[in-house]
Amino acid sequence: MTMELLVASAIAVLTAAGVYLVLRGRTFPVVLGLAFLSYAINLFLFAMGRLVIDRPPIYDKAAEGYTDPLPQALVLTAIVIAFGMTAFVVVLALRTFLETGVDHVDGHEDAEGGS
Amino acid sequence: MNASVSLLVAAAVVLPAVVGAASLLMLRHRLDMSRLVSLGACLALVGVAAALVAHASGGTTESYALGNWRAPFGIVLVLDRLSAMMLLLTAGLATVVMTYAVATGMDRKGWHFHPLFQFQLLGLNGAFLTGDLFNLFVFFEVLLIASYGLLLHGQGPQRLKAGVQYVVINLVGSTLFLVGVGLLYGVTGTLNMADLAVRVAAAPAGDQGLIAASALVLTVVFALKAAVAPLHFWLPGAYSATTGAVAALFAIMTKVGAYAIIRTGTLIFGEDAGAVAFVAGPWLLPAAIATTFIGFIGLFAARGLREMAAWSVVGSMGVLLSAIAVFSAEAMGPALYYVLHSTLAGAALFLVADLIAKRRGEHGDALTPGPRFAQSGVLSGLFFLAAIGVVGLPPLSGFVGKLLILDGVRAAPAAAWIWATILITTLIGVLAFSRAGSRLFWKSAEIEGEIPVRALRGRVVGVGAAAALLAALALLAVLGGPVTAWTEATAAQLFAPQGYIDAVLGETSGGRR
Repeated sequence: MTMELLVASAIAVLTAAGVYLVLRGRTFPVVLGLAFLSYAINLFLFAMGRLVIDRPPIYDKAAEGYTDPLPQALVLTAIVIAFGMTAFVVVLALRTFLETGVDHVDGHEDAEGGS
Repeated sequence: MNASVSLLVAAAVVLPAVVGAASLLMLRHRLDMSRLVSLGACLALVGVAAALVAHASGGTTESYALGNWRAPFGIVLVLDRLSAMMLLLTAGLATVVMTYAVATGMDRKGWHFHPLFQFQLLGLNGAFLTGDLFNLFVFFEVLLIASYGLLLHGQGPQRLKAGVQYVVINLVGSTLFLVGVGLLYGVTGTLNMADLAVRVAAAPAGDQGLIAASALVLTVVFALKAAVAPLHFWLPGAYSATTGAVAALFAIMTKVGAYAIIRTGTLIFGEDAGAVAFVAGPWLLPAAIATTFIGFIGLFAARGLREMAAWSVVGSMGVLLSAIAVFSAEAMGPALYYVLHSTLAGAALFLVADLIAKRRGEHGDALTPGPRFAQSGVLSGLFFLAAIGVVGLPPLSGFVGKLLILDGVRAAPAAAWIWATILITTLIGVLAFSRAGSRLFWKSAEIEGEIPVRALRGRVVGVGAAAALLAALALLAVLGGPVTAWTEATAAQLFAPQGYIDAVLGETSGGRR
């Protein structure tokens, strides 16, 4: 029970942090927020194969049972895609800042100048 | 499935992948060669798609197991009438857009236009063919990554700004997609769409809440791609900031969202799904009606012709989805006809807007009167036809499409709402386009002088490409009988998903030559 609670609240905290950051006005927090969201999703996908301890995902003669290998493969794919996209977004945000001189996602500074 | 069909199905995905990679690695500095190869690949795709359409007209659903891993364990590509139709539409549009891009020289405004274009086609074709939900996510990512590159092609501050918003919102969308896929896998233990259909139908009552939640999360993702209100805000900025040719190709991108809604809505969450049958419909319909109004009223907010084209894409997605959201075979046939029409009409308007903007010098595509410009006679005619097509007036196919939709939704409980929406927004569209046209052409006629003709590339071919799309609209109207018969048969096939399920799961030798 405790593990379920831990994993579930970890996903919740990561998602909350991600959503908060994605809604910020500047590109840097937004990029961090996207990273947080992808972490949350990776954990979530992983948990969708059920939480199992000490069981192998692939065939093993000595094994008493198995954990679902498919979510692990899905998470791997999702990590690769999220990693590539984060790199792309960083470069894009940097390029936009250099061309426009503003790193606000709307493309113009707001009155307070805060993030 | 016989060997030649499985080869063709695989070719629709493999060909753009190979051509894209080859032109990236080997043809980087040989523009002429990569243009030739790119155009050749587009034409070859038209051939492949036409052969697949011809095969799919037989009414059988074909499943091709990648690497010969049997469904539901391996990934399958599935060819039915709907995917064949979307493949042909994509290939045809891509050929015209590629011709336009090469003729006007926009492909030399930045790096890697041709590889990106091919990868875009790879993503689109894959998304239309795949029979696996996670694979659909992967192909969505492929087409999105390519679209980021194409959107930013040529660069400039305005384009970069719109690009950041487009990329961020799509990344959030991809995250949500994974939530939906993960939920569905957690409940059913499968990702193969045919297998999902079986398991969702057999799910115990206790699981149906979670299944409904995942269905709605997936619908939100697809609605984001399809620019349904209130998730449409990214579209006008992104589409109007990019180059005309890319925007014209992107006319098919919103249809990927519509396709995914149709596919999952009829197959996985279809009639047999018990409590989750057509669960998205009641949510989608009001959103679609709102989208139609927002899109057509947005035409008045547009400052330029490209923005108008972008808003008209939003509006046409609203019309399309209000027919889809009814989820009945009678409304789906007309909706599929409207998919063909609205893609070609939207693309035509983007190309016409681009042609006009290029010839008006500093006036660009702004809706302000300016002096006469080169080829203004021909272009005013093309604009008139494109406007007729987009708004849906006779004699072009938009009128036929809207009429069929009105007829198809008659039995739906919300029929009065859909009728009122389509009829009122058509009037709004007529007003908006008359205003734009009279500002651009009639009021301009009173202004003395003429904008000096710059050295324009592809004067004839560029205009020809836009004219070809408009001719396709006319053809769609002339061939209304056979085409609607085809789309109606497609709708019937969609609402009898057992054929799809049997094709994927039934034959143990699926895909084996």
